[in-house]
Amino acid sequence: MEKLKYALYTGCTARESTPELLKSTLAIADKLGIELILLDEASCCGASHLQDYDDFLSLVLNARNICYAEKLGLTMVTICNTCQLNTAMTKHRLDTNPELKAKVNVKLAEVGLEYKGSSEVTHFLYALIQDFGLKNLAAKVEVPLSQFNIAPFYGCHNIRPSELQNLSNGGENPYTPTSLDDLIIACGGVNVHYEEKNKCCGFHAELQSPRTAAILTGNAIAGAMDANADWMVTPCPLCHLKLDVQNHGASKALGRDVKLPVLHMPQMVGLALGCTPAELGLNHHVTKVDFV
Amino acid sequence: MESIKSQQVTFKVFRFNEETDYLPYYNTYVLDVTHEEVVLDILNRIKWDHDGSLSYRRSCRHGICGVCSIKVNGKGILACKSRLFDLVEVFGNEIIIEPLSTKRVVKDLIIDKKDFWDKHASVKPYLVSEIEEHPASEHLVSPHDAEKLLEADYCIQCGACHYSCPALAINEEFIGPAAFAAAYRFSADVRDEASLQRLHTVNEEAQGVWDCVKCMECAEVCPKDVNPIEKITKLHNMVFEAGIAKNNVATRHAVGFAHSIQKHGLLDEGELVRYSEGNIGVMKHIPEAIAMFAKGKIVMPWNMPKSKNLDEVKKLIKSSSTVKF
Ligand code: SF4
Ligand code: SF4
Ligand code: SF4
Ligand code: FES
Repeated sequence: MEKLKYALYTGCTARESTPELLKSTLAIADKLGIELILLDEASCCGASHLQDYDDFLSLVLNARNICYAEKLGLTMVTICNTCQLNTAMTKHRLDTNPELKAKVNVKLAEVGLEYKGSSEVTHFLYALIQDFGLKNLAAKVEVPLSQFNIAPFYGCHNIRPSELQNLSNGGENPYTPTSLDDLIIACGGVNVHYEEKNKCCGFHAELQSPRTAAILTGNAIAGAMDANADWMVTPCPLCHLKLDVQNHGASKALGRDVKLPVLHMPQMVGLALGCTPAELGLNHHVTKVDFV
Repeated sequence: MESIKSQQVTFKVFRFNEETDYLPYYNTYVLDVTHEEVVLDILNRIKWDHDGSLSYRRSCRHGICGVCSIKVNGKGILACKSRLFDLVEVFGNEIIIEPLSTKRVVKDLIIDKKDFWDKHASVKPYLVSEIEEHPASEHLVSPHDAEKLLEADYCIQCGACHYSCPALAINEEFIGPAAFAAAYRFSADVRDEASLQRLHTVNEEAQGVWDCVKCMECAEVCPKDVNPIEKITKLHNMVFEAGIAKNNVATRHAVGFAHSIQKHGLLDEGELVRYSEGNIGVMKHIPEAIAMFAKGKIVMPWNMPKSKNLDEVKKLIKSSSTVKF
């Protein structure tokens, strides 16, 4: 196989509150021989909130980020669902609206950049599955996760709206997503079925609507627990923050104790590839990862 | 697939009669389904050939009246528009047919949509305009202005989005995606004069746009591609543009991103929470912050990472900002 090479848009979370996500991403890329060039120039995607305040500004900043992947001539991979949604949405709007693209490019020209639309944008989960391949991944597994029941938590912004997401996620159906389940199986684990796996964790309303957010988080963990999961796995660091850090609030809102260790997608892959807990940053979890 | 003309499907149909039943139950039917049949055809066959007491709503059979919306395996659909073969491809051969909301059932698949209509009415879903009684000419809207409606007027009030919205399922005050789409539709109309009033309605805490969790369920489920969340974003923008955004945790949360990006390129997560909540509100996050700090999840201000070529970002924020708070 030709060596895979991508431009990595880390997003802010992986550089701040979930350092273990960046660490484990780089660790498994190394193991799998995937080259990741960090886009250090990139700014925050606005996390679906900046656009509520200033939509045009959000477009310009996200387009600038993509420009840097285009300069490298590489596909941009994201490691956060919300970064994926915002970036892919920007790309789609600019690629389908020449007038808007021209307007954005007038601004970008002020800093010597031009958005062309030449780079694809895809989440690392889908790059692994579609470009690296599940079979190739399974062949590299050193420590199969066969003793674990693992609950996949997809996160909204990788699967909905499917019309947009299907441009890069291999046609995943948001009502019956399979990618993360398939990845669990490729790692030798047992994938757990539960109703909340494709539902929202509530992250984006956490400050302004704490009760709603807490109940959604609680429902997700409770669903996984009731399906006998040993732990959860997610491709989204924002979901991770909700599920890993905020189970106390969720328990209170739900009137029931909910708590499960939650791994980032690359941490799970890393365990199967034989990475050490330190290489995967498992010490950074608030809900203790007590099974390794 | 196309060569298969019929296949066997198991249907589990939700049954409940408010007047006689304590608990709902499911009836199972195994039927041969042909490739051109839609869910409504199956409901009709069950009613006509198996059990005349099955109740459901239907009228136009053309995806226009919006009354036949139900859930199939958890997905909101129009019974008259959804082909069985397409559903089987996604969900397999066991098809579970339920009302849009099991909490609001009157009988079987028929629900009481009062909450939907009340919310809808609350946003004044009609044009408010002083017009002459006998105008000399038509009141024309240019194609350019009509485009601004973003096809929000395609909504048929089926309620599929409303009863799929997780924010609404928890917070009953939340106005919900369909009514927000309607609020946008009329507020974006150049002839309308009640836009400010509507914006005040959608700007209120708990009921307003700020409580949307951005799950994109409404965009996914809508059989008319209305894309309510897109209109919700527009309403957010209009609230800021109209200068009526209140200074509260929700608005500061959106504006805080711009501040942070201006300073670091990246988001300063801790500062965003402090700025959004204010110095007192932020106190309630302290236990969480301590737990995160202990695990190396909090970056201290002096270690805050910055984007390379930050001057570009600053320049763009200066030149591309379109609103003020
Ligand atoms: S599950 Fe939550 S954090 Fe994750 S993508 Fe959905 S809303 Fe965003
Ligand atoms: S995006 Fe917002 S309005 Fe739409 S379904 Fe989700 S919470 Fe409801
Ligand atoms: S927005 Fe779409 S899903 Fe919602 S009520 Fe209107 S037509 Fe139905
Ligand atoms: S019967 Fe009218 S929309 Fe289905």
